[in-house]
Amino acid sequence: MDRIPILRMGNYLLVTIQVDMHDKLALTLQDDLTEQISNVNAKGVLIDISSLEIVDSFIGRTLANIASMARVLDAETVVVGMQPAVAITLVELGMSLPGIRTALNVESGMEYLRETVGIHEENDDDHGYSTED
Amino acid sequence: MMIMGTVLKTETVPISNSSDVVMVRQRVRAWTLELKFSLVDQTKIVTAASELGRNTLEHGGGGSMELSLAENGTRRGIRLRFSDQGPGIPDLALALKDGFTSGSGLGLGLGGSKRLMHDFEIDSKPGIGTTITAIRWR
Repeated sequence: MDRIPILRMGNYLLVTIQVDMHDKLALTLQDDLTEQISNVNAKGVLIDISSLEIVDSFIGRTLANIASMARVLDAETVVVGMQPAVAITLVELGMSLPGIRTALNVESGMEYLRETVGIHEENDDDHGYSTED
Repeated sequence: MMIMGTVLKTETVPISNSSDVVMVRQRVRAWTLELKFSLVDQTKIVTAASELGRNTLEHGGGGSMELSLAENGTRRGIRLRFSDQGPGIPDLALALKDGFTSGSGLGLGLGGSKRLMHDFEIDSKPGIGTTITAIRWR
């Protein structure tokens, strides 16, 4: 059974979806990510979907589930790189992905995560999860 | 003779597991490319096919998709026909409503894919099965 790799960078988890996902693979990613967030105490999740040629209601729902589960585990999620044709289609399909933070590319997605997670860290300085030490 | 000239080519893709839904998307993509649909149109058609293919699998217990080239005068288009021998759809109007779901989905599949295509027809008989035909013209 294949899996989508999850990369860890400090407090962040990074995922690039590069294959046409069947439904089970999307669910496996959802489970793996949720588990990883909790295992490594991740504060931010970035999901790059720039290679995805379509996002249908199932994939959209999976992304929304990941974002909700991450939030419950005190992590922010940002979905980056959606192709314009995919965005047009999603809205016409009736999905506007409420509750999902999006950014145009990886760079602005990371910037968003650093800002949001950074604010959290200032308010909550004693959990001791710095990668520099 | 009923039809003169072009023979409309067809292809059938079986749908019995979630990998087949990926195959449905890939075959529909190949056809839309060949028919020179714009990128946005390709995306709409493939997305509709994905929704309908998943319905065939989840609600119809599997079935197949028939792809064909549709012609109406000078217009050409792609026709997707999904068939299953499942339980059928008891209330069509309700099934087409956004947000209605009998499964675990969001209930956007039928209504949503109808919006993504030009012509959309559902033929469903309780206990016998469902056939959904959807066309998008170029």
